[in-house]
Amino acid sequence: MMVLPAIIFLPLVGAAAIALIAPSRSMVLKPVAVAASAATGALTLWLMAAFDKHDSGFQFTQLNEWVGSAGISWHVGVDGISLFLVVLTGVLFPIAIVACDPPHDAKAYYIWMLVLETGCLGVFLALDLVLFFLFFEIVLVPMYFLIGKWGHANRKYAATKFFLFTMLGSALMLVGMLALALLTARETGNAVTFNLLELADSAGELPTITARWIFLSFLVAFAVKVPLFPVHTWLPDAHTEAPTAGSVILAGVLLKLGTYGLVRFGLYLFPEASRYFAPLLFTLGVIGILYGAVVATMQRDLKRLVAYSSVAHLGFIVLGIFSVNIEGVEGGLLQMVNHGLSTGALFLLVGFIYERRHTRQISEMVGLQKAAPVLAAVFTVVMLSSVGLPGLNGFVGEFLILAGAFVAHRWWAVVAAAGVILAALYLLWAYQRVFHGTPDDANRSMPDLSWQEKLVMAPLVGLIVFLGVYPKPVIERMEPAVAALIEHMEEAEGFESPTVADRPEGSFEELRALLEHHGGDEGEGH
Amino acid sequence: MLPLLAQAEIPDIAWLPLVPHMVMAGAAVLLLTIVSLAGGRLPKWFASAWTTAAGLGVMATAIPVWIRVWRRGPHSTIADSIGVDGFSVFIIVLLAATVILTALIADGFLRREGVDGPAFYVLLMFSAAGGMTMAVADNLIVLFLGLEILSLAVYVLVAMHLRRAESQEAGIKYFVLGAFASAFLLYGIALVYGATGSLNLYAIAGMVDDDLSDNGLLLAGMAMLLVGLGFKVAAVPFHAWTPDVYQGAPSPVVSYMAAGVKAAGFAALLRVFVGGFGGLAGDWQPVVFGLAVASLAVGSMLAIVQTDVKRILAYSSISHAGFILVGVQAATDDGVSSVLFYLAAYAAMAIGSFAVITVVSGPGDEGAGIDGLRGLAARRPLLAAAFTVLLLSQAGIPFTAGFWAKFEVISAAVDARSFWLAVIAMLAAVVAAFLYLRIVVAMFLDAPDAGAPRLRIPRSPALAIAIVVLFTLAFGVYPEPLLNLADDALFNLWLTPR
Repeated sequence: MMVLPAIIFLPLVGAAAIALIAPSRSMVLKPVAVAASAATGALTLWLMAAFDKHDSGFQFTQLNEWVGSAGISWHVGVDGISLFLVVLTGVLFPIAIVACDPPHDAKAYYIWMLVLETGCLGVFLALDLVLFFLFFEIVLVPMYFLIGKWGHANRKYAATKFFLFTMLGSALMLVGMLALALLTARETGNAVTFNLLELADSAGELPTITARWIFLSFLVAFAVKVPLFPVHTWLPDAHTEAPTAGSVILAGVLLKLGTYGLVRFGLYLFPEASRYFAPLLFTLGVIGILYGAVVATMQRDLKRLVAYSSVAHLGFIVLGIFSVNIEGVEGGLLQMVNHGLSTGALFLLVGFIYERRHTRQISEMVGLQKAAPVLAAVFTVVMLSSVGLPGLNGFVGEFLILAGAFVAHRWWAVVAAAGVILAALYLLWAYQRVFHGTPDDANRSMPDLSWQEKLVMAPLVGLIVFLGVYPKPVIERMEPAVAALIEHMEEAEGFESPTVADRPEGSFEELRALLEHHGGDEGEGH
Repeated sequence: MLPLLAQAEIPDIAWLPLVPHMVMAGAAVLLLTIVSLAGGRLPKWFASAWTTAAGLGVMATAIPVWIRVWRRGPHSTIADSIGVDGFSVFIIVLLAATVILTALIADGFLRREGVDGPAFYVLLMFSAAGGMTMAVADNLIVLFLGLEILSLAVYVLVAMHLRRAESQEAGIKYFVLGAFASAFLLYGIALVYGATGSLNLYAIAGMVDDDLSDNGLLLAGMAMLLVGLGFKVAAVPFHAWTPDVYQGAPSPVVSYMAAGVKAAGFAALLRVFVGGFGGLAGDWQPVVFGLAVASLAVGSMLAIVQTDVKRILAYSSISHAGFILVGVQAATDDGVSSVLFYLAAYAAMAIGSFAVITVVSGPGDEGAGIDGLRGLAARRPLLAAAFTVLLLSQAGIPFTAGFWAKFEVISAAVDARSFWLAVIAMLAAVVAAFLYLRIVVAMFLDAPDAGAPRLRIPRSPALAIAIVVLFTLAFGVYPEPLLNLADDALFNLWLTPR
């Protein structure tokens, strides 16, 4: 099947085309970039349509030898776990490219955006550890330039910090990957391979202690990328200093590389170690939720507030993943998509406001609702989705995560639930300060959303509402793959994961029916 | 086993494997002759073109040697003192490529600086011939001969820039310390001879096993050999000369030193330690471990506080030496081939980087400060892009040859169960990445100084830069051919089972 290589390399082809455009024809730069990313987006939508929702394995796979002497292959494929992250990437990139024009050096800007898209898609589709690593690491380069060249005042510091933090994590992961492949090959007596599927079958041969050490090396890389609590400090700087499109992609797609890695490589390759370290990750996740929320509340800068809200949201996702049951993992996956949509949209809106007001200080904005009612309405929907209001997408994900986490580690879930309330606090408070009240002179004349901006926001708002009301198309495609993953983990260590279905009150199907029913009642309302 | 010196009759000589050496040394002598006879009637580009042709000739004559190795397996000639194996062919071709690229860079440089003349090229070729001798040496005296030919030529090359005091100073510094290191090496050879009664690595490899493992004389000899060779590859704590010499020496010479001299030094290190003393790996591995860690740490950390790009790259070359030592420390087949791959990839990055600095620093070879690169992307976008590729390769970013170099070395270390060394090396790589980012920031994210002169890029350095960038990217995307070559480039010295 050639569709996955086409999805991965189409943006790169677009980037090459842009590189060849003569400087005198700079007006075609953006159309070419939009066309390349939109075509990629269309391909990912086709992929979703053609995806067999009953198949729990990898589909559209392609396997070619690449660096045969080292056991590295070009191996790509998609399953229910990666499908929606691919679609999310395919959808967010054209939106980000359409929404924001770079102030200078447009050619380089679009090239880097498209290279970034290739890198992200490669990460989600790679089924070979080294191939994954190559894409995972190459993503740093375009993002570094996007932040460093088109960012705000403190951009050089933020870009360098972002680069070094992430590289530090992946440096250890490379050692871990090599140790995994070489030691597994030694245990089984087979040739060295970095093929994910083969390693997942044979990694169980490793001694428990070895597997735990290797898991830790992977964990560092993904924890930095997610980011988890003690290694999150690059995030506020990078998100705040990045240009709007960069923030959208950072929050929407790049953070998912870490959480996706935790599911695909953490849970799948190291079932025992994942469960062994689950309490640690739970704790860090919960700390992230509370810490992110508290710090977000204190922010004076609107963009920084949204950035810190990501720390909290990603804490939820980690909580879900390390519940290691169907509800938790599924909720985590769903929340990855939700967070991409809602935080991406929030960064876009903050960017729109910044373009009009040239400030991000909450204290300098007041009463924007009067001046820009449409912007305020869109902001409300997106913000409530981020808060997790029932009827919007954020609720479904958070509910599943908390349901899964409650079964696995009750008290952590209880504490985490407080984070939902805090999210309402900081977002509603910020909304109140920015949009309510009587506008002063500086804010009175702020223009509302242009038709172009409305066009950009429409699909995001549409998806936010749709996934809140009817998440079934997403969940039913995820479920076979997640169930297979949990089953793989149980087989690997003979452990029964606690599920919601074990409880007498209701099965998971009932829970979902409840959700859908609930969502239907709520409607759009805003 | 009789000592070599006691053999009165002339041993059998296989001439074919010696042809590349004769081409390189012969080309140097011929060039000297032609220039002194023809005088000023030759075109200005003649010496550079001659050197390039000589390098290509070495590569061409290396092919039959490779075929011979492939047919007969690794072997040796001239009373077992010259190794004929894939390892030496790999290093010989690498040195020839280094000579060609250096000649291309030097052409424009020497004319710009007004120190034009054949001397540079003659010395360059002599030095490379010495390096090639080190690569084939299976006898410690041959090794010493090669090292001296290599070093003496480089001492002069470093002091080549007659009108720059820094160049003279660097030459003196390198010479004094280098002579000191050679003395160590020679003393080490003497001690090893005293312990084993042989200068031949074959004989030594056959002899050193458990009953010699705590022989004090041999251990002292090994330690001194390590000091002498550690100086050539600029491993900490024998690195003190590197920043000053790299900063003072003419930039094309530095590119040759970083790529060529280092490759020859590591070739000798591998032959002597992994080959000759392979049976005593347990004795020297901890020491090399220490050297590797020290080089990685000092190289990447001290580079951070530098402001001169040549000094930054000097420290980064120390850090790279540490990385290569990680591969040496593994003392396995994989370790050797990973070192070969690393040397090839590093030669491309180092030569390219110093070529860019040669072009960017104006007349007088000044202005190699990081400020001189400010806003280069706006003035010369392609040059800045090329330099960025080379720097990212040095940092080990995917889709560059530098990534696979690190991948191979770490892989060898992990396979030899040196997990902590692998972790330290990768952490040092992150620290080192900071330096390369600093240069990238200066080029891309800083505005150019107003009134910066327009850069003239002569054609031949541009060609050299294009070649190394293509090499870096091509083997970054598809490293398989080079990996296979490095894997096949085996020693003739694997006598002790490991």
